[in-house]
Amino acid sequence: MTPTPALFISFKSLQENFVTLIELIGFGESFGWLATLLAGISISFLIINVMVMATAFYTWFERRMIARFQVRRGPNRNGPFGMLQPFADVLKLIMKEDTIPDEADKPVFTLAPIALLAPTLMIMIVIPFGTFVNEEAYLSNLNIGILFIVGVTSVNSIAIFMAGWGSRNKYAILGSMRGAAMLISYEIPMALGITSVLILSGSLAMTEIVRSQSVWFILVMPMGFFVFMAAATAEMSRTPFDQIEAESELGSGYNTEYSGIKFAVLFLAEFMAPIVTAAVVTTLFLGGSHGFDFLPGGIWFALKMFIVIFGLLWLRSTWPRLRIDQIMGFAWKTLFGLGLFNIFLVAVEFTLADQFGEVVRTKGPEGGITATSLTTEYMLIMAAVNWIITIAVILIMANVVGRKKYTRPEPTPSPLANMGLGEN
Amino acid sequence: MYGLGLFKGLGITMKNLVSPSRQFNIVQYPNRRASPFDLAKLDNQNPVSFIATHPLKTFRSLLGLETITDRMPQHPNFRGEEFVWYDSRCTGCASCAKYCPLGIIEIVTGTSGVNQQEGQSYDIEVFDIDIGRCMFCGLCVEACPYDALHMGSGFEEGKYRRSDLIINVDQLKSAEKKPSTWFRPQLTNRGHDPIKGSTADWEEVGRHEKPSLEDQNEKWAKR
Repeated sequence: MTPTPALFISFKSLQENFVTLIELIGFGESFGWLATLLAGISISFLIINVMVMATAFYTWFERRMIARFQVRRGPNRNGPFGMLQPFADVLKLIMKEDTIPDEADKPVFTLAPIALLAPTLMIMIVIPFGTFVNEEAYLSNLNIGILFIVGVTSVNSIAIFMAGWGSRNKYAILGSMRGAAMLISYEIPMALGITSVLILSGSLAMTEIVRSQSVWFILVMPMGFFVFMAAATAEMSRTPFDQIEAESELGSGYNTEYSGIKFAVLFLAEFMAPIVTAAVVTTLFLGGSHGFDFLPGGIWFALKMFIVIFGLLWLRSTWPRLRIDQIMGFAWKTLFGLGLFNIFLVAVEFTLADQFGEVVRTKGPEGGITATSLTTEYMLIMAAVNWIITIAVILIMANVVGRKKYTRPEPTPSPLANMGLGEN
Repeated sequence: MYGLGLFKGLGITMKNLVSPSRQFNIVQYPNRRASPFDLAKLDNQNPVSFIATHPLKTFRSLLGLETITDRMPQHPNFRGEEFVWYDSRCTGCASCAKYCPLGIIEIVTGTSGVNQQEGQSYDIEVFDIDIGRCMFCGLCVEACPYDALHMGSGFEEGKYRRSDLIINVDQLKSAEKKPSTWFRPQLTNRGHDPIKGSTADWEEVGRHEKPSLEDQNEKWAKR
């Protein structure tokens, strides 16, 4: 075992510290539950606060970067480079009146922001931040990590529907109806993208997925990465997929009736989504905390997250919003097919690897196989093959799906066009 | 090929981010943060001596507390708020009031009588322009036969009450005479530029040359 630096925080070490502390105070061993509870609460407190602060700065960064992309200045009045803008925003929102519409479904209306925020935060439980020495998660190394994430994120669609339904506003309900349709559709390509990762890693645990990436999965299966990223962008409902809160058509969608602190919480959840998504993408496809030795793993993880977030911002600042039928068509006609094809491809390659004996299987403590990984050489060959196939398939797909020969209809003459000028 | 435009767009936005020259076109309208170099330029000093002589100002500007105004230069034809009106040219004919499509100009004349050099004219007792409803079409200025009413060249005339937006005759009389050159080619020909701060007296704004003394003797005195 490598020695743990002083900065290393994990649930286990904290719990042990609390156990010794409780024993020092004079309680017996029967108070072990208290140590567990205290450790859990303190780590949750830490993570929630860090996430909220990160989101605050992320909003500043997003506004600033999108402004630069679109030849504007972002917020630049409060503090150096406008960095205090998120605090001003939050202060304003807290001081505003928190209104609930008369005919709103009050419990649903009130619960919706919490229902939207909680799953987003819960994802952070299983992200292996690669603290400073290994790929451990802060709170828990669930062995069904990615399944947990898929399950928890699908609560989002319920929360958005709660918000739209509860506020009894036609724009809100329209936005959330679109949201429900869109989010549920995009769960499927997202799950397909994840499945191809699981075939190679052989485990649902996030830590095992990171460990099996001796070559990053973005190189090994770019098609899976494309499918997952597209689906994830839609899942957090950002441009080009922001039909849920299409400002130009729906007011602002499901959050039309929200104000004050509830609105702040809704937007906190919304802006936290890119950070969390970046963390998940980093874990699944970018090799988590893997990197070169001169920096600790946590820093590498943050750097990769930053690159993913930057990419998302770039897309957001450039592309316009799609129509709802285009969005649904993209999910079911393009992404679904690509995802299935990617799974097929990876499965065939994995079977071949098994034939050649290139698969390394890790045995668990009870003798069962807990994780698999391929040898680096085989992964590199796979990467070369898959890149060629991916580019070919995406080009073919773009031309098949995109090639619609629109014939311009014959212009119908206006009945008033030749009034009084007829030949007769 | 289908879908290539997506990447073209990405390229354009990336160019916006990377190339600094695109950022220099931005005007940060009311004011912007001033760097020590900007302040030195304002003081007509070189930066080094400015920093040496004004350490406090330099420190404040590094903290971002010093601001300088930043606005787009307006065209001299700009139809701004605050009309420019020349008491000495106005005869009280109320053409402007008649031509105003919104009917927001109110003129009341009296016959107390101040004789001007070019014949009889009425005293203007009330000249109210309701700027709050004005759409700055400039028809009143076009209608004025004596070039007494001009568009102004200013803006930022926000007020706290609607009633404050009504300009009365005293305000018109005492306002700074910086007429816009809109619909007044004679002002442009004379090199008048309100944006650079030049003012125009009532004798300079007419579309006709003032007849010389000889001319007056020829045409008027001998008749």
